[in-house]
Amino acid sequence: MSSLRILVGVKRVVDSAVKVRVNSAQTGVETANVKHSMNPFDEIAVEEAIRLREKHGKDVVQEIIAVSCGPAKAQETLRTALAMGADRAIHVKTDDNLEPLSVAKLLSKIIGEEKPSLVILGKQAIDDDSNQTGQMLAGLLNWPQATFASKVDIKDGALEVVREVDGGLETVSSSLPAVVTTDLRLNEPRYASLPNIMKAKKKPLKTVSPADLGVDIRSRLQTLRVTEPAKRQGGKIVASVDELLDKLRNEAKVL
Amino acid sequence: MYRSTPTTTTLSRVQAMARTPSLLQRSAATISARTIATASRAKLNTHRRQQHQQQLPLVRHFSVSHAANNAEETLVEREPRETMEYDIVIVGGGPAGLSAAIRLKQLAAKEDTEINVVVIEKGGEIGAHTLSGACIEVGPLEELFPDWKEQGAPLNQPALEDHMKYLTENHAIPLPHPPQMNNTGNYIVSLSNVVKWLGEKAEELGVDVFPATAASEIIYNGDGSVRGIATNDAGVDKEFKPKASFTPGMELHGKLTLFAEGCHGSLTKGLIRKLKLRDEGKFQTYGLGIKELWEVDPAKHTPGKIIHTMGYPLDYQTYGGGFIYHMEDNKVSLGLVVGLDYKNPYLSPYKEFQRFKSHPLVSDLLKGGRVLSYGARALVEGGLQSLPKLFFPGGVLIGDTAGFMNVPKIKGTHNAMQSGILAADSAYKAIVTEGLGEEGSEPIVLSGYEEAFRNSNIYKELHEVRNIRPSFHTGLGIWGGIMWSGLDSMLIKGRVPFTFQHPHPDHAMMEPAAMHKPIDYPKPDGEITFDILTSVSRTGTDHAENQPVHLRLADKTIEVRENLPVYDGPEQRFCPAGVYEYVDDEAKPGHKRFQINSQNCIHCKTCDIKDPAQNINWTVPEGGNGPQYVDT
Repeated sequence: MSSLRILVGVKRVVDSAVKVRVNSAQTGVETANVKHSMNPFDEIAVEEAIRLREKHGKDVVQEIIAVSCGPAKAQETLRTALAMGADRAIHVKTDDNLEPLSVAKLLSKIIGEEKPSLVILGKQAIDDDSNQTGQMLAGLLNWPQATFASKVDIKDGALEVVREVDGGLETVSSSLPAVVTTDLRLNEPRYASLPNIMKAKKKPLKTVSPADLGVDIRSRLQTLRVTEPAKRQGGKIVASVDELLDKLRNEAKVL
Repeated sequence: MYRSTPTTTTLSRVQAMARTPSLLQRSAATISARTIATASRAKLNTHRRQQHQQQLPLVRHFSVSHAANNAEETLVEREPRETMEYDIVIVGGGPAGLSAAIRLKQLAAKEDTEINVVVIEKGGEIGAHTLSGACIEVGPLEELFPDWKEQGAPLNQPALEDHMKYLTENHAIPLPHPPQMNNTGNYIVSLSNVVKWLGEKAEELGVDVFPATAASEIIYNGDGSVRGIATNDAGVDKEFKPKASFTPGMELHGKLTLFAEGCHGSLTKGLIRKLKLRDEGKFQTYGLGIKELWEVDPAKHTPGKIIHTMGYPLDYQTYGGGFIYHMEDNKVSLGLVVGLDYKNPYLSPYKEFQRFKSHPLVSDLLKGGRVLSYGARALVEGGLQSLPKLFFPGGVLIGDTAGFMNVPKIKGTHNAMQSGILAADSAYKAIVTEGLGEEGSEPIVLSGYEEAFRNSNIYKELHEVRNIRPSFHTGLGIWGGIMWSGLDSMLIKGRVPFTFQHPHPDHAMMEPAAMHKPIDYPKPDGEITFDILTSVSRTGTDHAENQPVHLRLADKTIEVRENLPVYDGPEQRFCPAGVYEYVDDEAKPGHKRFQINSQNCIHCKTCDIKDPAQNINWTVPEGGNGPQYVDT
């Protein structure tokens, strides 16, 4: 099998255990002083890349590159990826709000330079739940895509992926290069051990800007308002079917 | 910061996000207390054979101490762990630990020498487990960073007005407040944010800061001196067996280990017992502080206003009081401290806090606002009388893990930082100037640190107020205390030849339920007062699933056998996170079983302190677990 390079995209998001609240300006959620960590699906992506290398050996999987687009603190997320086992990292530094299309464009430019054979992304980020970047990237590169992967393998230079779809599991095979996005059951990410965290500090991390890559990251969407979901109303117990129908018709007005 | 990635949470968390917060549904299984230390030889060997068959690393059975509080006891054999060597190992990334680390690096920079310092912190990031009022004195901060303001330290709200009130059910009577409670020159802050800033400074100076790393074991040399600590093994399942993601812990060795775990540290408690750092009959006493952070109606907000209260909702026999601090940005930090020497087993500090909020003084302030955070933490109340020996071969105790809080002022942060600085000065002298602690030489015995403490402001302060808190221990309850304290703080200032002692440790103060009546607490209204699980969801606490339950019972029958009949199961009431419950036992109809919902734990340490049977042992869970406090 010829050697391949894997590129993994990671995003720094608000930690999943944090209880977010809408900021007073109603433009988004409060992110100051709130704990951030790597998007859980991206952790799975990094883990999958490392497992592919462990399975096929360093001769086959030559290099794992972690990429993140975001503010300065995104470097922490990249260091976590390095501590898990990536070889080097690229940070596209910008403080602007990035939409999936912009991220896809940035990644495609980097992919043009780094020429990986396999790109693994998380299926979606837990802050915006867009589920678009992987698919848009494949479109821009004109590469095959295998999304919602629950199993990934490389056999004789071809990719075999089991996808989780509404009807069940779908197995697809494709040539390389390709884009894969990870779903939850693909693997269980490893802990970054202390010695690896220390080694990660020395691994190379390159910083570039969207301007360097010649990408326009203007937003196409404008957020009008962000509000909290309506408070849950108490439930009511009804005594009979007639009462239920009455309430559905006259109070909830759904009949 | 670098984070040991939690693994099993990924699946459950992402799924949980699709639903409403599932803390309400979480109920960890009853701990089966598979205390391997008591397992028979046969079981051990069978386990080992299974290990080999699974080709997993042969690991020791994790230090589950069957005897309460033996956090440092390790079992017979395991594969040797990787070690990292440092000059100084600091356990705990709070005000004391970080001040010590910063000071060490500053000394080294000034004299152009090198000193390797590591700080490990169990919280997911620095500041995640830090919770306080807080109104802090800035002396030690200025010692470390005279230009802290220019450097952007988040101390933005100076204290402007002090009020002291005695509360009855409906009224608030102004009281004169003693001079020490005057806060001129102090700042109202979120201590979590200040600690975050200190963490950044420490890293800039070259300290290795590792959050999400839990120190679970002390490593001793053959001669009983402290060599360092070991972090806990990650990827261990509920039955203490290694999972596929098993990552063994590491040992961090230092010429000196500084224990800065905060109030009632899990390693420190074992250390004090094993090395006999306290005289017979001496003990620490504690309080439990519960707080919330609110954003209030700007019309009601007075930045810089500080109110301390006594009286309602606590009765005259229970020590404690409330605080309300107006911070910047329309935020108000408020809370209740309850002395853990309370006698009534029906008392619930959490519900007392809810009652405190329903007092008109407080509820008027909070109406129309919204709550942002909730949290709780035990604090040290013993003062000078309860201080252990501060140094021992190979290590020292700094900060609240030793216990430097000034109880009448309810301030301990400045003393914690100061103690860190003093320890750093002594340690630097010993290691760099005198070259002690090299490989193979005698362990360092830092008596200079204790000496420096005795000559310091911390000692002066604690000496002056040493009789105030204990004066509340008499039958006159808070009246006796207020009378003596008024006299002592205004006139006498501690200049008496006697020192009041604490009569009994907190856990021994609880009286049987038969001597008291249940307290009829009002139901939460969902606007100002809340139920406990809603509050817990505001701490951001989480613990990775399928790991050993970190709250260990030495005897798994005592709770149902004794605590339930005699004290009516006080655990259900003193835990501010709803961890403990007595539920119907499906296996034995008509009986109850003791359930530990360890995932709700917010690491306050109250259970370890207040359990009348002293059966609950708080041990540290996987690093990165526990609360994610924001702005607390």
